Amino acid sequence: MKSNMIWNLNWASVSDFLAMGGYGLYVWGSFGVTALVMLLEMWSLSARRRSLREPSPYVNEIELENFE
Amino acid sequence: MTASSRKTNWFKYAAPQRLHSLAGTALPWFGALAVALTLLGLWIGLGAAPTDAQQGEVYRIIFIHVPAAWMSMVIYLAMAFWAGVGLVFNARSASALALALAPTGALMTFIALWTGALWGKPTWGAWWVWDARLTSELILLFLYIGYLSLHAAIDDTRRADRAAALLALVGVVNVPIIYFSVKWWNTLHQGASVNLLRAPSMATTMLVGMLVMALAFWMYSIAVALLRLRVILLEREQHTAWARQVVDEMRA
Repeated sequence: MKSNMIWNLNWASVSDFLAMGGYGLYVWGSFGVTALVMLLEMWSLSARRRSLREPSPYVNEIELENFE
Repeated sequence: MTASSRKTNWFKYAAPQRLHSLAGTALPWFGALAVALTLLGLWIGLGAAPTDAQQGEVYRIIFIHVPAAWMSMVIYLAMAFWAGVGLVFNARSASALALALAPTGALMTFIALWTGALWGKPTWGAWWVWDARLTSELILLFLYIGYLSLHAAIDDTRRADRAAALLALVGVVNVPIIYFSVKWWNTLHQGASVNLLRAPSMATTMLVGMLVMALAFWMYSIAVALLRLRVILLEREQHTAWARQVVDEMRA
């Protein structure tokens, strides 16, 4: 395999690239939705992790008991 | 005595605290590899790979479709394996790992189905056909959703782990059905493009792009599952001193 196979671009212009030979809707619909759901997964996970910092009612109760 | 409390070296990382810390150490490496491989894979798949002689540019969808479909099956097997370990050895950490893998597996299955539909419309003329490959992959999505729903429906965590593990193990039978469906039935879906026993039926740049994207999806799946595992371990071990200390450090 020649290295230029991987580094040479297949496209003559940006509009060529965006048009995807007339299949833009399908190609960008695939890559776009994949990126979107992956970002959503990471965002919802970090939100779940952040919510650990909110004290749970159960823990509060114990802390109150200890305090009293 | 649970497996997690044994002193054997093998079970060292079965203790939730150790596993949480190990996952935290491994996470940045897998995350960095996922980002680097995704950028390289997108460059090759969308930028460098030549136009396909038969399909034109729409074939580029396979650079995410095939890796996602592979991961949907691999993650299911891993999830069922760890769910089974959790069931047989009563190992809490293994059950947590199975639960951490399930949403990412479901996501990969959704991506495989979604990109397949977007490829099928211009290529076959239909978004969806009730073909053996497509139908068994849809059943895989329902298995993931069933596993997660069953787990969420049972309040007691360990009982939920056991019940969901049974469902996961029964569902394993679907994975070889997906994999061999293109051979066993005369399906519309094409056969495997990459096979260990013979030369691949595609150009080298396309093959390299697909393998790099497959590695990127592996790294993404491992990184996200490790992150979710850490959150699940902290949620489940809230009553322990170490977990409360970790959460306190997050607050600081």
